[in-house]
Amino acid sequence: MQWETVIGLEIHAQLATKSKIFSGASTAFGAEPNTQACVVDLGLPGVLPVLNGEAVTMAVRFGTAIEAEIGRRSVFARKNYFYPDLPKGYQISQFESPIVGRGHVEILLEDGSAKLIGVTRAHLEEDAGKSLHEDFHGQTGIDLNRAGTPLLEIVSEPDMRSAKEAVAYARRIHQIVRYLGICDGNMQEGSFRCDANVSVRPMGQKAFGTRAELKNINSFRFLERAINFEVERQIDLIESGGKVVLETRLYDPNRDETRSMRSKEEANDYRYFPDPDLLPVELDEDFIAAITAGLPEMPDAKRHRFMKDYGLSAADAEALTAGRALADYYETVAKTSGDVRLAANWVMVELGAALNREGLDILDCPVKAESFGGLVARIKDDTISGKIAKQVFEAMWAGEGDADAIIEARGLRQITDSGAIEAAVDEVLATNPQQVENYRAADEAKRPKMLGFFVGQVMKRSQGKANPQQVNELLMAKLGG
Amino acid sequence: MSLERQEVEKITHLARIAVGEAEMDALARSLSGILDFVEQMSAVDTQGVEPMAHPLHMAQRLRPDQVTEQDQRERFQSIAPEAEAGLYLVPKVIE
Repeated sequence: MQWETVIGLEIHAQLATKSKIFSGASTAFGAEPNTQACVVDLGLPGVLPVLNGEAVTMAVRFGTAIEAEIGRRSVFARKNYFYPDLPKGYQISQFESPIVGRGHVEILLEDGSAKLIGVTRAHLEEDAGKSLHEDFHGQTGIDLNRAGTPLLEIVSEPDMRSAKEAVAYARRIHQIVRYLGICDGNMQEGSFRCDANVSVRPMGQKAFGTRAELKNINSFRFLERAINFEVERQIDLIESGGKVVLETRLYDPNRDETRSMRSKEEANDYRYFPDPDLLPVELDEDFIAAITAGLPEMPDAKRHRFMKDYGLSAADAEALTAGRALADYYETVAKTSGDVRLAANWVMVELGAALNREGLDILDCPVKAESFGGLVARIKDDTISGKIAKQVFEAMWAGEGDADAIIEARGLRQITDSGAIEAAVDEVLATNPQQVENYRAADEAKRPKMLGFFVGQVMKRSQGKANPQQVNELLMAKLGG
Repeated sequence: MSLERQEVEKITHLARIAVGEAEMDALARSLSGILDFVEQMSAVDTQGVEPMAHPLHMAQRLRPDQVTEQDQRERFQSIAPEAEAGLYLVPKVIE
């Protein structure tokens, strides 16, 4: 039977505020346990939560960026459950009236076409603490530093049909929150977490199959692997006469499998009700309009503009708009060099490879965009060939100065003087009579390959500085091609 | 409205309150009584009435995003049943 996969994602993005959502304790990562957990975070008697305005602003920034409805009046609710890292016995979240309503984002599929993925809602809530299960004489250690950290939970529609689409969507949300500067996106530190609801159904069937919720996924690679494992598990189960049960499953990256989280599954019963400690949040039109006006150019808009203004392919535009800093870098290079295509190739290939090799972010790139643009400009105006440019780039990377200075200092200027090139060509032909004879006797089809020998010799003689196109043309003419 | 014994057991479990066998029936009757009392509200026509999220007709005040709390771990942990290496210790929660 043909099966169709249906995936929806719940993404928790930790908002990059300085203080917690309902208290003035710090949210800095990596502090000593419980040194950033105050009376409110500990849920001591008599305390009251007070909402952090910046968390509200950040949520609205996200909402406007995905063209979602913004809740003019949103309500905080208590989600009740018992767990030791949740001191109050409830999590303050939003239920019936979230701050961000229905919106959408666009993802690029592998064939280059675009697909819209619906965002059902996004709501504000507080994070829980962390439980450490090892090394405490059979007890569990609780660190409440994370308790009360603001989260934006972004819930998608079940619009994705493969693990690849789910990853593309998760990456897009990741890109958006980073563009907006509302989340650092660090998956290892847990600032950006994905839960995936996965089900399968016979191709063509309307009704959804029973889903499993996958948790504990802390990289995009694991997201893809966890979903693929789960899809196969469900299909095998159904085809061998079993039934998928509604449950939470943990992904184990070491064994590359998902495992049921609870031996005895209890239906969740969170008994949501409006939190009497918090009043409804009311947002007026001016507030929302100011946030909309202050939005940066978002990835979709930037990608489309790069395609239209610079004539880039969808894939190239996608790569160059992955982050705001990279996109800015590219635009500076394009402008300085005066060649948008050449700039795109050099930023993606040479610069990209160098950054990868050194494990550097574009912000820490030792070669500034203006300098890199200067290098690309010298390729464009034929001062140097692409091959020589790689040498110059290495020198620039090592801090030897700008392209022009390096080209001068090392005497790398391309030889375009046809007299000089002709002399070199003549020399090569004179010293290799046998090869010349072979070439002239060879089939038309074999000649291009044989020509490479002569080109190589001429380039060697000119220390790589002869204009390759001129060398080719001259050789062809002289060899009687 | 009368609660089944099973429902009462579920409620006590959700609230993590241990209720003795002897108290079960009395508790079921009391809870049913409360529900009956509240049930009278259904007689009111609420068509067109917006659900109330809070009895005060005010909007939430927002706080500036500033760190105002100092570390008081020592004091908090002095009243905790057990703490070690800066962590609060609780009975083991996973098998």
